[in-house]
Amino acid sequence: MTQSNAARKSITTGEMGTAIAFAVLAFASIFIAAKAYTSEYAFHAYLFAAASAAAVFKIIDRYSSRPAEPPPLIIDGKPNYNMGPVKFSTVAAMFWGIAGFTVGLWAALELAFPVLNFDLAWISFGRLRPLHTSAVIFAFGGNVLIATSFYVVQRTCRARLAGDLAPWFVVLGYNFFILIAGTGYLLGITQSKEYAEPEWYADLWLTVVWIAYLLVFLGTLRRRTEPHIYVANWFYLAFILTIAVLHVGNNAAIPVSIFSPKSYIVWAGVQDAMVQWWYGHNAVGFFLTAGFLAIMYYFIPKRAERPVYSYRLSIIHFWSLIFLYIWAGPHHLHYTALPDWTQTLGMTFSIMLWMPSWGGMINGLMTLSGAWDKLRTDPVLRMMVVSVAFYGMATFEGPLMSIKAVNSLSHYTDWTIGHVHSGALGWVAYISFGAIYCLVPWLWNRERLYSLKLVSWHFWISTIGIVLYISSMWVSGILQGLMWRAYTNLGFLEYSFIETVEAMHPFYIIRALGGALFIAGALIMAWNLWKTVQSADLALSVASPALQPAE
Amino acid sequence: MALDPHHDRDSVTGTATTGHVWDGIRELNTPLPRWWLWIFYATIVWSIGYWVVYPSWPLVSSFTQGVFGWHSREALVRDLAELKAVRGPMMDKLAAASLPEIMSDPMLLDFARAQGRTSFGDNCAPCHGPGAAGNKGYPNLADDDWLWGGKIEDIATTVRYGIRSGDPKTRISLMPAFGRDNMLTRPQIENVADYVRSLSGLSVNAKANLSDGKAIFQQQCATCHGDDGKGKRDLGAPDLTDAIWLYGSDRAVIIEGVWGGRGGTMPAWVGRLDDTTIKALSIYVHTLGGGQ
Repeated sequence: MTQSNAARKSITTGEMGTAIAFAVLAFASIFIAAKAYTSEYAFHAYLFAAASAAAVFKIIDRYSSRPAEPPPLIIDGKPNYNMGPVKFSTVAAMFWGIAGFTVGLWAALELAFPVLNFDLAWISFGRLRPLHTSAVIFAFGGNVLIATSFYVVQRTCRARLAGDLAPWFVVLGYNFFILIAGTGYLLGITQSKEYAEPEWYADLWLTVVWIAYLLVFLGTLRRRTEPHIYVANWFYLAFILTIAVLHVGNNAAIPVSIFSPKSYIVWAGVQDAMVQWWYGHNAVGFFLTAGFLAIMYYFIPKRAERPVYSYRLSIIHFWSLIFLYIWAGPHHLHYTALPDWTQTLGMTFSIMLWMPSWGGMINGLMTLSGAWDKLRTDPVLRMMVVSVAFYGMATFEGPLMSIKAVNSLSHYTDWTIGHVHSGALGWVAYISFGAIYCLVPWLWNRERLYSLKLVSWHFWISTIGIVLYISSMWVSGILQGLMWRAYTNLGFLEYSFIETVEAMHPFYIIRALGGALFIAGALIMAWNLWKTVQSADLALSVASPALQPAE
Repeated sequence: MALDPHHDRDSVTGTATTGHVWDGIRELNTPLPRWWLWIFYATIVWSIGYWVVYPSWPLVSSFTQGVFGWHSREALVRDLAELKAVRGPMMDKLAAASLPEIMSDPMLLDFARAQGRTSFGDNCAPCHGPGAAGNKGYPNLADDDWLWGGKIEDIATTVRYGIRSGDPKTRISLMPAFGRDNMLTRPQIENVADYVRSLSGLSVNAKANLSDGKAIFQQQCATCHGDDGKGKRDLGAPDLTDAIWLYGSDRAVIIEGVWGGRGGTMPAWVGRLDDTTIKALSIYVHTLGGGQ
């Protein structure tokens, strides 16, 4: 009776289908939990059951409180953007970032002072290390990528995000994957593939989430009201598509049983190593490079209020980057059982990758032409520009280290760790911080950040941290490499392995100090963002309808 | 939004834009930087040259070999040959010489110690410590207290066949688990532990029953450790009267040893290390300071 004069409300196929799928998953998970071979696996199955049940209730609850009509795509001639999932991922990125940095610091301290693992298996270095790498790359970086891609694709297509439940399924499902992966590492569940440690059931879940991500992204592009697709979206699409292929290829595995967390990878021996580093290197190439270049292509011109330097360069470097990157994986396997010809191709394609990588750096830096003065006044822009400089440095160092003669010195040493962190802390984290500093005031309708001075403090403290980190690892790595290859004049090795480990100790302490400064900066950032959202006097008086969340 | 590309020019640089605007972002139509393009071409040319010289492209059942026929296996063989040349004839001499011959030739002795030091660092240091000073359960090799003998031949035998290693020729002996296997009662074990501590002059509780401890020692322990407690090297039984303790001299540690027995292991290195390396290692250990 109450609905007689409104449009008749009915449950959509999507709502019904998703709720049924989650209900089935909840019961299947309880069944698996009951028959699980190990208590750790049962714990994960119960997590799946609880999350699925919560999803069913949330869908029903959402249905009962929503209006009959689906949210309009356009309000007053402006796109009705869907920013709820973007907000969630932005907050999740900050949370996982600080968690991941902290675990990294602890792992660094364990290397300097092994006693700090307190003889507890679940915080031993072997378990903390994947927890750290996954937390910073996939939890922090992944949430930044999802948040910014959902934001950028809507704004540059002038279209509301495709899907109703799907965007929420992507952000919540992805963060559930992080939870399963992270708790799994601590409990000792791993398939022992670097950067792909989660076991088969977590991999399957991520595959479903990732396909949903791809569909939401493609659906939004299809809805666009702009005639052309903006360059940032090419990079996002390359990232989403290639990660899907890499993830499925590298994680092809046969579980021992549906009741066991253990599985066996279908690849074996040197083929397994090759597939692993095809995946591993392109996770760097498409997750940590292409995805974050997409961020750079939107947030730097936006913040600098300048046009992108060169459209032609963006085309050439995009296609050459994605074509060349996919070949470079074998440089992780120099001087191993991998055939010589494969090593040659890995190395030469890495060399050819140098300029395509630098194309992004040129486009990022030169976009500042006409706005260089803003570096003095805007620490957010400064952070993003320094990140592009670190990107340039790391993408020069990478091809250098792929040269076999250099690699024979650098491989297996801390130099690699220094290289990765100049990319991870300098490039990936800094461009992410810059993007989040831009996003939070936009998403929460604030005229500006709470304090630019605090951004400046964040910038300087963490820059000192990065410099301490990477310079200590360079010195320690080169020292380590030289000690390993030193011979006495009688023709015997000069140093035993344990002596080289002892020589690393002071550098491990400096590295941990650098990491601590980096976390200090991130904590300042979190507080600044919190105050930005909390301060009512920063609120924009007339909120732009385009920025209002749909719900 | 599309702008007319012929009329949209960036006022700062004077460069034409592509005529599109996305959320306020425009793109300049700047040509590719020349230096960028030329370095890109140079890396491609260099790579093609490298493919010609080195093994590179897969074929149906083989791969292109490169004009010099370079192969990493041959490079390894060449490196090993170079190393052999550096080590020179001394290595052959070391391989051929017996232990006493090495000990009496100062040049050869130096050479053996140099090799031994390297091998010790990578094979023995994890247990015995980088300076051979030992750890709990792993004896100090730099002193003159030896469990199985400190003569060069004794040391070489220990290195070669190990201790309780499972090798047919291993050194083997057993400190029984007197408590766990119900050979002695808990008070008896406490008494014998007090007596053992008294042998090396360590303090014992005034109420300790040393006479009972001594009686048990003579009955149960003296067979291996000797009536005087000075140990027997042919059985690997340590001297209990000195200040050197493999597991520690605390009363509780000694009680633990008598109750549950002891039997540390050392691997047999024969088959893992070549004979010359074993000789060099034995000489290195012998000359650390305690060789007899």
